[in-house]
Amino acid sequence: MIEFKDVSLVYPNGTQGLKNINLQINPGEFVVVVGLSGAGKSTLIRSINRLVKPTGGDLLIDNENILNYGSRELRKLRTKVGMIFQNYNLVKRSSVMKNVISGRLGHTGTLRSMFNLYPKEDLALAYRSLERVNIADKLYQRSDQLSGGQQQRVAIARVLTQQPNIILADEPVASLDPPTSHQVMTYLRKVNKEDNITTIVNLHFIDMAMEYADRIIGMRAGEVVYDGPVSDVNEATFEEIYGRKIRDEDRVGGSEDE
Amino acid sequence: MTEFTLPPKPKKTPWQKMRPYIIGIILLAIYIWTFTSIEIRWSRVFSQHTIESLTRVIPQLFSPDWSAFGKVMGLMWETLLMAYTGTLMAAILAIPFGFFAARNMVRNKFLNTASKWALNAIRAFPELVLALMFVAAVGPRPFAGVIAIAIGSIGMLGKLYSEVIESIDMNVVEALEANGANKLQVLVYGIIPQIIPEFLSYAIYRFEIDVRASTILGIIGAGGIGTLITIATTNRNWSEVGLILLVIIVVVTLIDIISAQIRKRLV
Amino acid sequence: MSKTNQPTLQGISSNKTKLRISAIFIIIVGFYLFTSIKTESSLLDLWNGKNGFINIAQSLFPPHWSYASTVMPQLIETLHMAIIATTVAALISIPISLLSAANLFPNPFIHQPVRFIMNVLRTIPDILLALIFVGIFGVGVFPGIMALIIFSLGLLAKLLYETIESIDMNPIEAIRASGGNTLQVITYAVMPQVLPQFVSFGLYVFEVNVRASLVLGFVGAGGIGLLLNQQVSWANYPNVMTIIIIIFISVVIIDYISNKIRERLI
Ligand SMILES: Nc1ncnc2c1ncn2[C@@H]1O[C@H](COP(=O)(O)OP(=O)(O)OP(=O)(O)O)[C@@H](O)[C@H]1O
Ligand SMILES: [Mg+2]
Repeated sequence: MIEFKDVSLVYPNGTQGLKNINLQINPGEFVVVVGLSGAGKSTLIRSINRLVKPTGGDLLIDNENILNYGSRELRKLRTKVGMIFQNYNLVKRSSVMKNVISGRLGHTGTLRSMFNLYPKEDLALAYRSLERVNIADKLYQRSDQLSGGQQQRVAIARVLTQQPNIILADEPVASLDPPTSHQVMTYLRKVNKEDNITTIVNLHFIDMAMEYADRIIGMRAGEVVYDGPVSDVNEATFEEIYGRKIRDEDRVGGSEDE
Repeated sequence: MTEFTLPPKPKKTPWQKMRPYIIGIILLAIYIWTFTSIEIRWSRVFSQHTIESLTRVIPQLFSPDWSAFGKVMGLMWETLLMAYTGTLMAAILAIPFGFFAARNMVRNKFLNTASKWALNAIRAFPELVLALMFVAAVGPRPFAGVIAIAIGSIGMLGKLYSEVIESIDMNVVEALEANGANKLQVLVYGIIPQIIPEFLSYAIYRFEIDVRASTILGIIGAGGIGTLITIATTNRNWSEVGLILLVIIVVVTLIDIISAQIRKRLV
Repeated sequence: MSKTNQPTLQGISSNKTKLRISAIFIIIVGFYLFTSIKTESSLLDLWNGKNGFINIAQSLFPPHWSYASTVMPQLIETLHMAIIATTVAALISIPISLLSAANLFPNPFIHQPVRFIMNVLRTIPDILLALIFVGIFGVGVFPGIMALIIFSLGLLAKLLYETIESIDMNPIEAIRASGGNTLQVITYAVMPQVLPQFVSFGLYVFEVNVRASLVLGFVGAGGIGLLLNQQVSWANYPNVMTIIIIIFISVVIIDYISNKIRERLI
């Protein structure tokens, strides 16, 4: 369980990233965070694995305040929290397998990992993760030879190899075309349901948020301005969150095709 | 869990399979050859003598002998003058080489290749080797150093110039030719304006290199502060060497900074 | 710049520009005349100097080929010095360049001092380093190798940290986010991105070291330079020519091979 208790974050330059956030996210939930650009979605998500450090309040994961963690505990936390990025963040010159196995780094000794000495189970796990996102045939290809959607699937496989309890995805489909976006979201959703992994996704397309989320959190200017199950959400809710009329560009269009 | 094996890696050609081994063996052979035949006299390196020198040389190096400051600065000035003369000579003499080597200027394959080869040949020699020859020819004085610097710099500047010339916008040249401009007019109005900033920038950059090079030419008698280095080291006057070192570091750094500033404004 | 830009016709470039260019030109040429007098540089001297270049040029031919058998072992020693120095410098420069990369170690108290030391090292001529090391360790190849290591370290570390600073930071963030430690970030996210350039720069520095090691013998720091210096001072020009030809051929071959490998790397 993830609990934000009055969490605030002020960036060193004085920008208020988060303002008194109070949230409780239950195990296995699929949460979509929406809000205009600059609303603080990334800041919220990146606080959970402490890529940014909140400056006030308590952030509890499984009843431990992660804001007190030192670097060793932090690394341990991060092995349990997978992250997916807008730009896939693969090492482009390395093979797909090497990228996926790097999900095990936190579980593997430094020396072993430097010499590529992974236990058989880890390799098997990496391969199965690739199979789950249907990209096992690209195993030995260089990552920069894959399409954007394929790279994002590799990134999901990397996160699965981590065997996380939580997956954070910061605009995972913002660089993809509509059909590919749906494909990637479908995989995220599938993983969430099959492994009961708490999943928090930032999106800015409202139709996509409606289609995949269990629960929607709306943000504006660093504050949570909406929080509720997707069944309660309609266009008016988004207009409230965004503080303006819904436009065409807020929808991705297209739908799942696979 | 059942026994797991990753799918086989994609088939490689025999050459691809062998390549890492071949490279490995070649590297190993080179290193074995190197380390078995190099003759380092470890007994001298780790001798009492070394310890004594270390305890004498190092502290002296770090306590520069300021009484020699005037003398050192005088010779550093001479060093800069040598570098300046050499670079400027080269900056001008390299121009014809650059044009001859540029394929879009001289449409004669033989001349292009010949001048490229000449420029490459010059660059194969370290300045100090050139300087040694010129010391033999004109005697041990700054002029020998200047000539060595000039010739060494022609090698590099000529090559860079030719690359600049080959990259100019030929449409301008064609337009002028179409307007009936003669060769000289094309040169003055079409080509020179395009190449001047880069030529200057490279010449200034080369001056940086030449300043470094001229500091040591004196070691073989070709003038500049190097002359003093030889004298000071043979006399084991390490605190004077320390001062020379300090002056070289400061002057070279300053020149690099100034030159970088000027070049930034040029291009 | 004047605020009002009245288009008065006064030739293609403004008077101000013309004046400035002329002034710069006069300064450059004037300073040149001054420096050539100071350094007693008159091209005529090339012909009728002490021995006259033409005289020497004539006595260089024909080269004394049988002398080559004396030169070869020295040439090989020179190459070995360059190989050892490049290898050691490459190994040391890896941690140093990582420490000087601002994107990996944003704390200026780490990367600034390292960079400063490397900048200073680069300004010291290798042969001066060799002289100092000869003073400490006595004549031989060891001081020469030491000098080459220190000089090329400065050069290599600079080339490498500039490469590291230009890498894609995204994979680094990903590895950090999945719980990797600094060493794992370096081996998984930094090294794969920079390795080809590392090897390429290593080869380039090897070329530089070969040229540098040719002359270290002038100050007793090993290699072929000793012979060259000797033969020139004994005015044994056919032998000098032999050495020069051998140097020339080996430098050309090494540059060629090194360039071919570097072309395939990137
Ligand atoms: N490293 C930083 N330093 C200073 N301010 C920052 C930093 N990162 C984000 N901010 C500021 O914090 C606020 C929230 O940014 P955040 O990146 O969380 O927004 P976002 O909702 O993810 O927007 P987008 O949809 O554009 O990604 C913005 O005003 C932003 O300018
Ligand atoms: Mg964002």
